[in-house]
Amino acid sequence: MTAFNGNIPDSGEQDSAAINVKAETPFQRFLSDYCESKLAVVSFFVVVAIVFVALFAPLLAPTDPYDLTTVTVKDKTLSLGGVMGSGQAAYLGTDGAGRDMMSAIIHGLRISLTVGIGSGIVALLIGVCLGLIAAYAGGRVDAMIMRLVDIQLSFPAILIALVLLATLGKGIDKTIIALIVVQWAYYARTVRGSALVERRKEYIESAICLALPKSRIVFSHLLPNVVAPIIVVGTMQTAHAITLEATLSFLGLGLPQTEPSLGSLIANGFDYVHSGHYWISTYPGIALLVTIVSINLVGDRLRDVLNPRLQK
Amino acid sequence: MTVFIIRRLTQAVAVVFLMSLLVFTGVFMIGDPVEMLVADDADEEDREMVMRNLGLDQPYHIQYYRFLASALRGNLGDSFVFEEPALQLILERMPATLELAVFALLLAVVIGIPLGMWAGLKPESISAKSIITGSILGFSLPTFWVGIMMIMLFAVGLGWLPSTGRGPTEEFWGLQVSFLSAKGWSHLILPAVNLSLFKLSLVIRLSRAGTREVIHQDYVKFARAKGVSRSRIILVHVLKNILIPVVTVLGLEFGGLVAFSVVTETVFAWPGMGRLLIESIGFLDRPVIVAYLMIIVLLFVFINLVVDVLYSVLDPRVRLVDVKG
Repeated sequence: MTAFNGNIPDSGEQDSAAINVKAETPFQRFLSDYCESKLAVVSFFVVVAIVFVALFAPLLAPTDPYDLTTVTVKDKTLSLGGVMGSGQAAYLGTDGAGRDMMSAIIHGLRISLTVGIGSGIVALLIGVCLGLIAAYAGGRVDAMIMRLVDIQLSFPAILIALVLLATLGKGIDKTIIALIVVQWAYYARTVRGSALVERRKEYIESAICLALPKSRIVFSHLLPNVVAPIIVVGTMQTAHAITLEATLSFLGLGLPQTEPSLGSLIANGFDYVHSGHYWISTYPGIALLVTIVSINLVGDRLRDVLNPRLQK
Repeated sequence: MTVFIIRRLTQAVAVVFLMSLLVFTGVFMIGDPVEMLVADDADEEDREMVMRNLGLDQPYHIQYYRFLASALRGNLGDSFVFEEPALQLILERMPATLELAVFALLLAVVIGIPLGMWAGLKPESISAKSIITGSILGFSLPTFWVGIMMIMLFAVGLGWLPSTGRGPTEEFWGLQVSFLSAKGWSHLILPAVNLSLFKLSLVIRLSRAGTREVIHQDYVKFARAKGVSRSRIILVHVLKNILIPVVTVLGLEFGGLVAFSVVTETVFAWPGMGRLLIESIGFLDRPVIVAYLMIIVLLFVFINLVVDVLYSVLDPRVRLVDVKG
């Protein structure tokens, strides 16, 4: 949000603050706009809570689901609220290997978010740099980068990720690489689009006239002014990456069962669907759903607030 | 016009070649398929024989050259597992996937357009708001999880519908299809609904946005002033005009539907080419993976080409920009 603060120069408003009754900083204005939607505020707090749970997963989970000394098959497929051999109640039941589902979900959330956010940040850095370069350099460089983006975006993300993982193999690092490759093009296209609009404005022209170094124009003048769309695309893409990772893990191509994300937990529960042990795949799915929906709702609201064209 | 089409065609061929190189290189790097095929107690000689038979002892560029030469003759190699031509294996399963994709698309259009129009006509009503919230949910719900929940509810819980497989098929225009019998329908409905959910949300959003835009146009106001009945305005004047963007987007999305059926087919054990792909990745059955990807690449390039050409026919401005650029 601090970056967004720099979006609108507030020196001019500071002068008039003496006359005005109340001077609002851009961030305050953004905040009050955002808070107009109650649903968005609730979603924001849900996202914060989820991140909190993921960060402190080992402390919050009732048991350690991957500690082979405490997990026993004797506890397998306990239903909701069943008591495990250790005396600990399994509020959301246990899975086929006797792991407490609640602990597994909390740990799975941590892995899902790590993969989603981790790949998102790297893809953002790559995409933003290439997008800015394309917009600023123009000509041949622009044509080359954007042709690559066009070709990649003409194929569905899931297909590209499938091929990559089929090639690279399983694993958390490989899944992250595949998700980076899938996502960077979205950032590059968004950034290039906004940067092209900004480039024609006077402040960039004056920066060029001042003979500032190119890197400084791009990174300290152009970049802060295209931050808003990056934030919006970033939120949506994170939700997308988490879904994609879950889907890939479900297909048996993402994370191995030793590092189960929410997707692998659901896949695991899929084997028990016909035997009526519904909780094994239902609850990880609900956790996944709540995560994705709340991130998407926050992103939706951010798009409405940060997009000047939609402002009344 | 001809120049434009030739240029686009050349580009399409270039993309196909580039993709074939990428796909072949990518799949070439997958683990050793010989490991999977020979028995554990096989000696070095057996292994070498298998390698020679499969052509895996040749250097990379020769393998690619052989692949390309035979691919141009319509032969994408034999499956290591099924020992049948890979292309034939995929083409056998293609009708199942296409049937699923077509029905999913139909469902998205038939349900999505009326819902989207309703939401666009009465944006402040509670029903419209719940439709829009529903479409956000449709975008967010992970397809495979919804599929599992549908199986639990309709197949395991209520026992109304079967959860796996395609059921009996009948011949229709030389293709094996399942929508001709009631039994086939019962197998088709769950996977088709599952696959259509995402596109349904998309259609709702597109037609809602279109309706809200069209409804303020002068020709709608004029029709209303002229005393045209409300239903005729909506069904003729509004519907016709929102169909253009919806149809364009759906045309482009059809390829995505085919690709995404990988997930639905895995959940519902639908015997299509997506499920074959997942199985082949598990078995490291390279020729089938390569053949699947090449068919998908061709499908996408073809769809993009058709849409581009149609655009240029309908809108000459597109053509001019492209020739200059």
